[in-house]
Amino acid sequence: MKKTVIFGALTAAGMAAGAAAAGTLDDVKARGTLNCGVTTGLVGFAAPDANGEWDGFDVAVCRAVAAAVLGDPTAVEFVPTTGKTRFTALASGEIDMLARNTTWTFSRDVDLKFTFVGVNYYDGQGFMVPKDLGVSSAKDLDGATVCIQTGTTTELNLADFFRSNNISYEPVPIETNAEAQQQYLAGACDVYTTDASGLAATRATFEAPGDHVLLPEIISKEPLGPLVRHGDNEWGDVVRWTLNALISAEELGITSTNISEMSGGTDNPEINRILGTEGTLGEMLGLDADWAMKAINASGNYGEIFEKNIGEATPIGLARGLNAQWTDGGLLYSPPFR
Amino acid sequence: MTTMTDPPQESFRLSMLLNDTRYRSYTFQFIALIVLIASAAFLMSNLFSNLAAAGLNISYQFLGTPAGYDINQTLIDYSSQSTNARAALVGILNTLLVAFLACVTATIFGVIAGVLRLSNNWLVSKLMSFYVEIFRNIPVLIWIIIIFTIMIAVLPGPRAFRGDEPAASMVFDAIAFTNRGVYIPAPVWGAGSLLVVATFLLSIVGVIAYRRYATKLLYDTGRLLPMGWPSLAILFVPTLLVYFIMGMPIGLDYPVLKGFNFSGGIKVGGPLIALWFALSIYTGAFIAENVRAGIQAISKGQSEAAGALGLRQGRIMNLVVLPQALRVIIPPLISQYLNITKNSSLAIAVGYADVTATLGGITLNQTGRAIECVLLLMLFYLTISLCISAVMNVYNNSVKLKER
Repeated sequence: MKKTVIFGALTAAGMAAGAAAAGTLDDVKARGTLNCGVTTGLVGFAAPDANGEWDGFDVAVCRAVAAAVLGDPTAVEFVPTTGKTRFTALASGEIDMLARNTTWTFSRDVDLKFTFVGVNYYDGQGFMVPKDLGVSSAKDLDGATVCIQTGTTTELNLADFFRSNNISYEPVPIETNAEAQQQYLAGACDVYTTDASGLAATRATFEAPGDHVLLPEIISKEPLGPLVRHGDNEWGDVVRWTLNALISAEELGITSTNISEMSGGTDNPEINRILGTEGTLGEMLGLDADWAMKAINASGNYGEIFEKNIGEATPIGLARGLNAQWTDGGLLYSPPFR
Repeated sequence: MTTMTDPPQESFRLSMLLNDTRYRSYTFQFIALIVLIASAAFLMSNLFSNLAAAGLNISYQFLGTPAGYDINQTLIDYSSQSTNARAALVGILNTLLVAFLACVTATIFGVIAGVLRLSNNWLVSKLMSFYVEIFRNIPVLIWIIIIFTIMIAVLPGPRAFRGDEPAASMVFDAIAFTNRGVYIPAPVWGAGSLLVVATFLLSIVGVIAYRRYATKLLYDTGRLLPMGWPSLAILFVPTLLVYFIMGMPIGLDYPVLKGFNFSGGIKVGGPLIALWFALSIYTGAFIAENVRAGIQAISKGQSEAAGALGLRQGRIMNLVVLPQALRVIIPPLISQYLNITKNSSLAIAVGYADVTATLGGITLNQTGRAIECVLLLMLFYLTISLCISAVMNVYNNSVKLKER
């Protein structure tokens, strides 16, 4: 790979992808921090808290990976990305992984050359309307003005939904969630549409959340998950199995409170393999033997992360639904650690 | 006398390329050219080999595939099943529309503000310098957002027009100002309306002919014909006559509240208004300064001489000062027009579907073809800027000082 200063200065960010493709794991270790792409701010998923510390459901995935690779959950450089900038940021190597409510689609996987390492939230596109509009179904929205966040799959889903139901609408494309919120509240659009989880998160920040309702229709499948670049399978494995470790930990009952006790050795060989007291799984990944323990220690297992950031006890108040473990009737199903 | 002979023709030798000053400069220029071409070729091949290594190939096939998204302001037929190329075309037309509208209004604002800034009235001139300083020293993106935010916050939503005691009502029952845009009545073209339009166009030609004749008469005989009311009469009387003779073929389609929004009439969207207005007042401030500079470049003797001939203030400005000032005003005005066109790419901030928002925004995102889309965008803006420059240069040539 030729690298010159002029080349770097002249060509678009996409060019550097090749240069950064190999050895992301080594790069991260050498750098000492993980560059993780997140949203510009969506409460519950990724937003800076009162102290300026990033916090949220997607942020927890970044922290778990940083803990697994570097042993330090705070060694993360969070890079806020918009719907438009996220893929360029990842392709150019500006970020090592993207954990930003990104829907796993065929073209993103195949054509844009990214690897989705799994699904950390099963979502679907929904609609939010003011209660006093008296709308009870999305099919009543003929002629409505709809605010959409631009640069997302929601734009295409929306066009398909209205076309297949033979009703009309007027789209208002908006760059960020904050602007969309402002326009929706001012009545410049009748409806706000995005992933149902994002709607719930946005509604939670309103002064009067009770004045707005989410319509029952979910018009699309939106499997959201972290992704990395094509072509660096070792790094993809690290992120994939860190996510799987969080999910398996919940399934096997490993929590942040009992993990130190369990790391002394248990009767369940799979728990022992995950926590590194048995087998050489960490070594195969190029990490320490206790990588998964550090990852789970960062913010707890999947269930703990969910409850703390977006669960029913939080203002966002999302039920587990599809995101329950497969043993509880949900879709979360981690491949076995062996 | 003719003893001089031609110097002996030296045959060209290769060493002369370095030793002979007549040829040395060519040598160096040639070397520089080769180096330039070689480095450009190196950068290009580097670009393509890196693109290939990253698995990215340049392909424009996406232009022919269905776009899949809807656009809120389309000047031509468009649906989500149209191609990406058509979406780009819709965006290009929207860009041209807002750029054209903003160029016209910015020029009007600029000329008025520039002339008034030189007014002898203290209040007027200070107000105008206040306008110029405020607007040109705050980035245009901020103005676009401020105007749009004020618009959606101050104007009522369509819901406010509903009910027996509505909170808002339509102006003259014909125009509705909402925070989604302004709805105005649309003309409905009935049978015979073509004749009315044709009469109107002919009237315009008539007005021009009359004014030419009046000017010629003034120059030839010194007789001054009235200009104002005959022009107005020629413009409107025949058209109105034909309109009533044909039985009023042109009706109006009023906007009415239906469902969530007004329907019928023409909608001038809020984003268009905000963008148009922001670009106009922002660039108008720059044009005002150009106009002031142009006027001040005209020697005071010119207006004093015109005054001595007995011309009134307004005529001095219109007939003596401004025509000469145009020579100074036009060249910087060209770059202001280019600025408007390029600044219109900030449209996405308020959700206006210009070419940066369609081709460079949604299409780029949905197809992931960033390099291709950006190259096309560059090509479009370059072409349109060069066209504006060319047209304005033609105009500049017609007003510039003719040296004889």
